[in-house]
Amino acid sequence: MRNWQQGRQARDARIEAGAKLAKGKIVEARDATRLMEAVIRPGDRVCLEGDNQKQADLLCRALLAVDLAKVNGLHMVQSGIVLPEHLDLFDRGVAKRLDYAYSGPQSARIARMLFGGKIELGAVHTYLELFARYFIDLTPQVALIAAVSADRDGNLYTGPNTEDTPTVVEATAFKNGVVIAQVNEIVDKVPRVDIPADRVQFVVEADKPFFVEPLFTRDPGAITEGQILTAMLAIKAIYAPYGVQRLNHGIGFSTAAIELLLPTCGERLGLKGKVASHFALNPHPALIPAIESGWVEQIHCFGSEVGMDDYIRARSDVFFTGPDGSLRSNRAFCQTAGLYACDMFIGSTLQIDLRGNSSTVTTSRIAGFGGAPNMGADARGRRHPSTPWLQAGREADPDGSALLRRGRKLVVQIGETFGEKNAPLFVEKLDALALAEKLKLDLAPVMIYGDDVTHIVTEEGVANLLLCRDANEREQAIRGVAGYTDVGRNRDKKMVQHLRERGVIRRPEDLGIDPLDADRSMLAARSIKDLVRWSGGLYAPPSQFRNW
Amino acid sequence: MEDLSFHHQARSRAGGTRQMAIIGVVASGNLEVLAERVLPETECRLEIKTAAEGFGEVWDAVVADFVERYSPGGLKFSINDGGARPDTVSLRLAQAVRLMAEDEQ
Repeated sequence: MRNWQQGRQARDARIEAGAKLAKGKIVEARDATRLMEAVIRPGDRVCLEGDNQKQADLLCRALLAVDLAKVNGLHMVQSGIVLPEHLDLFDRGVAKRLDYAYSGPQSARIARMLFGGKIELGAVHTYLELFARYFIDLTPQVALIAAVSADRDGNLYTGPNTEDTPTVVEATAFKNGVVIAQVNEIVDKVPRVDIPADRVQFVVEADKPFFVEPLFTRDPGAITEGQILTAMLAIKAIYAPYGVQRLNHGIGFSTAAIELLLPTCGERLGLKGKVASHFALNPHPALIPAIESGWVEQIHCFGSEVGMDDYIRARSDVFFTGPDGSLRSNRAFCQTAGLYACDMFIGSTLQIDLRGNSSTVTTSRIAGFGGAPNMGADARGRRHPSTPWLQAGREADPDGSALLRRGRKLVVQIGETFGEKNAPLFVEKLDALALAEKLKLDLAPVMIYGDDVTHIVTEEGVANLLLCRDANEREQAIRGVAGYTDVGRNRDKKMVQHLRERGVIRRPEDLGIDPLDADRSMLAARSIKDLVRWSGGLYAPPSQFRNW
Repeated sequence: MEDLSFHHQARSRAGGTRQMAIIGVVASGNLEVLAERVLPETECRLEIKTAAEGFGEVWDAVVADFVERYSPGGLKFSINDGGARPDTVSLRLAQAVRLMAEDEQ
């Protein structure tokens, strides 16, 4: 007779071993490593909560210190490789295999370790993709998560940075896994229950709050005239004519410039109420002036942002908040919202090739994907119409039957033709290809595929790829906005002129924009301090952004 | 350092009566442009001192487009470049022409 309860029995055995170190569910921080040794088995799939922002740093250090005879060869399945300790686990042999989504701050070291064979790579995912696999073939046996507070039963309050926690816990707790939470404090009653106690087996009180990185704060003082110009072009050539109300912004300076131009340039164009009203977006401080001027109706957030808590709490008409008043973010739902319910993604990238493929990978850095590929992709399963979606579909296929024609999501890449250290944005061949060859990957790490990109905006103008009818037109439209890069200087001038006459390429002068008007005085806020003023003192910027 | 020099025929005389203008700063990634109304009406000259070597072709392209777009006849430009990007160079040159188009104060 087959035993159909093996997973449950294994889970009960793990909990029993761990319970010897616990009082109820509570384990002292000094026993955290012993808890790991009791609960985790060699070769386990472990989700160590490393989100985009929030890090289970105490549990990570505890895991790093295990006796290798007891715990080794783990398969880490986590969205973010953010802390140096995340990679130390592989150096030490605690972990062996890795499936992940994003590795921004560790991008150089992870590349070295992959080349050196220190890490056995499963795949680099998008967030949604990795979350999906948590429920199919990458279900964790143990999840190590982070929350703000717990009560003695193990109910958890995640605070504004809920992020990945509900998804990780759902997959682990309901498939015979063990959930261990680190919390900043143990309280009698949590402000709200983000994770119910029966999904949490152990709680460790940390000696200091979990690490959160302010990833989405862009100092308006650092926005250049070039970025202001590209932002003006995007507003006039894309936001206005398509009437884009539901959207997601990337985290670069060009989109921060757009956010700061809505109450000035956007207002003068009469766009208030017609564009940029519903967002899938982290709480960007740069959006404060637009919110305060009444542009924004609603924002659902992937995570939170350091310093924005009080502001969000005071603007619950705009943000999703709990009965306690604080933000409830959720990465999986917000990614889904960005994929299915937004009509536009606009963001920056590091390299764009002649077909419009874009990548943030360079030969020495593997930053991973995070959410951009889900935001910057047409959702093939989408079935509800909207004006911008239908218009984009019509431009791509003017002769198709209106009732059978798919709409198109607007996927906009925005940037200056030369980036940091004068590196050209446009290249003949992506570095991602060289990397795939070097690592013998089956698939080059392309962030946004060219066939999903609908527009490219640079200081040279806007290329509407929906209007290109073949690969050659597409290539020349891209070259046409590539400025003085090698790709740009090798354009076919006659063809680019022809594309401009057809409106495929629109220069600043075609849009009634004088590049000399792209001035910092147009920004609704020109410094972090201006943002604080706009917020009525509710925004409390982290110290590295305070220069007063 | 590299010295570059370009000489172009412009379609017409640059507007305004101002004799001289300065814009920009010499800093990394930026440049300073001095414009002077000292040449015959359809001539234009640019003298460039640049910190970045080996970008002659790019300068050639930027300058040719600038002359085509703004027709800065009669102007001589002296440029101190701290390795600015081409879009910044185009912007500063255009700003210099706009300043020259103002009337003499």
